[in-house]
Amino acid sequence: MSFLHRHKGLTPYLLLLPGIVWLMLFFVAPLGFLGYQSLQTGTFDTGYTFDWAFSNYWDAISDYHEQFVRSFVYAGIATILALLVSYPLVYWIAFRAGRWKNVCLILIVAPLFVTYLVRTLAWLNILADEGPVVGFLRDIHVLGPDGRLLATSVAVVAGITYNFLPFMALPVYVSLEQIDARLLEAAEDLYASKRQAFLRVTLPLSAPGIVAGTLLTFIPAAGDFINAQLLGTPNQYMVGNVIQSKFLDVLDYPSAAALSFILMALILVGLLGYARAVGTERLTG
Amino acid sequence: MTMRMTRRQLVQRGAAGATLLSLPNLLAACGGGGGGGGGGELADTLRFSNWPLYIDFDEKTKQHPTLDEFTAKTGIKVDYFEDINSNAEYFGKIQRPLSQGNSIDRDIIVLTDNERFLGLMIDKGWVEELDKDLIPNISNLIDAQKSPPFDPDRTYSLPWQSGMTGIAWNEKETGPVTSITQLFEDPKLKGKVTALNGMGDTPPLVMLDNGDDPASVTDATWTAAIDRIQAAVDSGQIRRFTGNDYAQPLSQGDLAAAIAWSGDIYQLLSSNPSLRWALPTKGGVIWTDNMIIPTGGSAPTASTFMNFVYDPKIAAQIAAYVAYVPPVKGTQEILAKTDPKMASSELVFPSDATLANAHQFDSKALNNQTYVEQWQKVLGA
Repeated sequence: MSFLHRHKGLTPYLLLLPGIVWLMLFFVAPLGFLGYQSLQTGTFDTGYTFDWAFSNYWDAISDYHEQFVRSFVYAGIATILALLVSYPLVYWIAFRAGRWKNVCLILIVAPLFVTYLVRTLAWLNILADEGPVVGFLRDIHVLGPDGRLLATSVAVVAGITYNFLPFMALPVYVSLEQIDARLLEAAEDLYASKRQAFLRVTLPLSAPGIVAGTLLTFIPAAGDFINAQLLGTPNQYMVGNVIQSKFLDVLDYPSAAALSFILMALILVGLLGYARAVGTERLTG
Repeated sequence: MTMRMTRRQLVQRGAAGATLLSLPNLLAACGGGGGGGGGGELADTLRFSNWPLYIDFDEKTKQHPTLDEFTAKTGIKVDYFEDINSNAEYFGKIQRPLSQGNSIDRDIIVLTDNERFLGLMIDKGWVEELDKDLIPNISNLIDAQKSPPFDPDRTYSLPWQSGMTGIAWNEKETGPVTSITQLFEDPKLKGKVTALNGMGDTPPLVMLDNGDDPASVTDATWTAAIDRIQAAVDSGQIRRFTGNDYAQPLSQGDLAAAIAWSGDIYQLLSSNPSLRWALPTKGGVIWTDNMIIPTGGSAPTASTFMNFVYDPKIAAQIAAYVAYVPPVKGTQEILAKTDPKMASSELVFPSDATLANAHQFDSKALNNQTYVEQWQKVLGA
C-alpha cells in the first residue's frame, strides 16, 4: 500500500491495466497478425512468405469491388429501414406505452435471446414461396404468380434489417426516454405546433440515439454474411461471404486478411466522415 | 497415471517371460502418461470428433450404445464430440495448432474425401499411421474402399460411412428429374433448383452429364463443367448453392429438385414420403467420410476403436441409425434380420448396378488452387 501512497499518479494507470492488457491480447495482437498476413504471398500448400505484398490489396479491390459496394448499399438500406421502423415504435413506447413500457421493451429485446442463425433461418419460413407473405403479395399482384422473395435482394435486406433492429431501437429509446416533457410543454406554450415541437425539440434531442443506433446497425451489417448466405444467392453475396470463403475454402489467407483490412478501413473512413457531418458531441450525447 | 502398457511392451514381455519383468521395465512402461497423445501407448480415454447425428443414439437413455459397448469391452472411455459441421470450418480450426506441430487433443477425426482437406491432412503429414496389427477387422473393409487415390494402402485412414450425391425431387412439384440437363435447363424448374456448394459434389455430376470422367479431371473438362454451372446460375435456373440446408425448402415445396445426398433423403422420407432421390442416369458421385488420427493422437487407442466398429454387428448398429452406406462387409446380412426395410434400401445398400454408376472425384483436382478459386467464383465469392 505504501507504494501506491508514494506514487499516487500511478493509480489511474493501474486501474486501466486490465483493460489495456485485454485489448492488447485480444484486439491489437490479432490485428497486427492479420495485417502481417495480409502482406504475405504464397499458397497454403507451399507456405506463405512475408514480402510487403501490397498487391494483395489492389487485387482484392479490383476483384471484389462489386461485393464491397453491395455490402454498403445493403447495410445502408437496412439501417435506414431499421430507423424508419423503430423510431415511431420506440416513440410510442417512450411517451405513450405507460405501464406497458417494460413489456414492450422486452418484446423488442426478446429475439436476441435466440441465436442469430436460428432467427435468420426463421425467415426462410416467413418468406417461403408457399408462405403467407408471398401468398399475400401474389394476391395483391405485387408479385407475379411465379414471383418469390427468397433468394432475392429483398430477402437479404429484410433479414439484415430484422436482425439489427434492436440495436437501432434501444439507443433511440434511451435518448427519447431522457427528454424532459416540460421542454415539449414549453414549446407548445411558445405556440409551436405539434409538428414544429417534434422537429425543433424531440428530433434534435433524440439525435444522439439515432447516431449511436445507425452506427451499431450499419457497422455489423456491412460485415454480415449470414443473411446473404441463407436468404440470398451468389448474386447477393456481400464482402463477408468473400472473406469467409477465402479463409475457409480457398485457404488464401493473405487476400482474406487484405479484404478484412479494406472493409475495416472503409468503415473507419465512413465513420469519420459521419462524425464530422453530425458533430462529435452527437456521438457522445 | 495408469499402469497400462503398450501393445509392443506387452508382446515383448510375453515373449521374454515374467522373469524379465524388472523394475526398470515397469518404470519405462509407466512413463509417458496415460492421457493420450503422441506415443504408442493405449490411453484410458479416446477423444473422438465426429459430425452431428453420425452415430447411434438412444433417445431414452441419452447414451450412445456403441460407445458404451466399446468402453465395457476395452475399459477405454470415450470423449465424444459432435463438433464437425463442415470440413472447411473444422480444418480452419485445427490447421494452426497442427501446422505448429501441436496436438489438437483428438485421437480420431472424420473428414470427407470429396473435399480438399482430407488429402491435405495426409499430404502435410498431419496424421498418425494406423496401427494395423490392432485392426484385424480391416479385412471386413469392402473392396471398393481398399485403395483410394489419397491413401492407396489405407496407411492413415479408414472409412466411417459413405454417401452418394445425386438428384432429389419432390413428387408434389415435379415428375422424375433424372439428368443434370433436365435440372439445369427444364424451364418448368426455373428458380426451383439448388446445387450443392461442394466442389466434389456438383462439378463431377456435371462432368458426367457432359460425358467426361470426373476421376481424372483436365483443364478442358473442368472448364466445360463450371461454365455450364455458371450459365445455369446466370439464367436464374439455380436458385442458390447449399450445404444440407436444401432439406427444408425441398420438403416444403420451395424447391422442386436439388442436388442432394442420399442419407439426408432417407432420413427425410419418414416425415415426407413425396421425396425421391436417384443417381442421374449418366452417373453420380460416391464420397466417403474417413476416420484419421491427427498428429499427437494415440494411434493404438484410435486403432482399437476402429477395429471395434469394423465388426459387422457394430457396423449394423451404427448403420441402422445413420442410414448412410456402411463400408463394412456383412452389415447388410445382419440388418436384414433387424431392419429389413433399410437392408433393402438402395440408398443404404446400393446395388452393384447403382455402385457402377457412382463415381469418385479426382483428388488432385480438389487441391488445384486455380480450380478452387474458379469454383468459389461460381459460388459468388
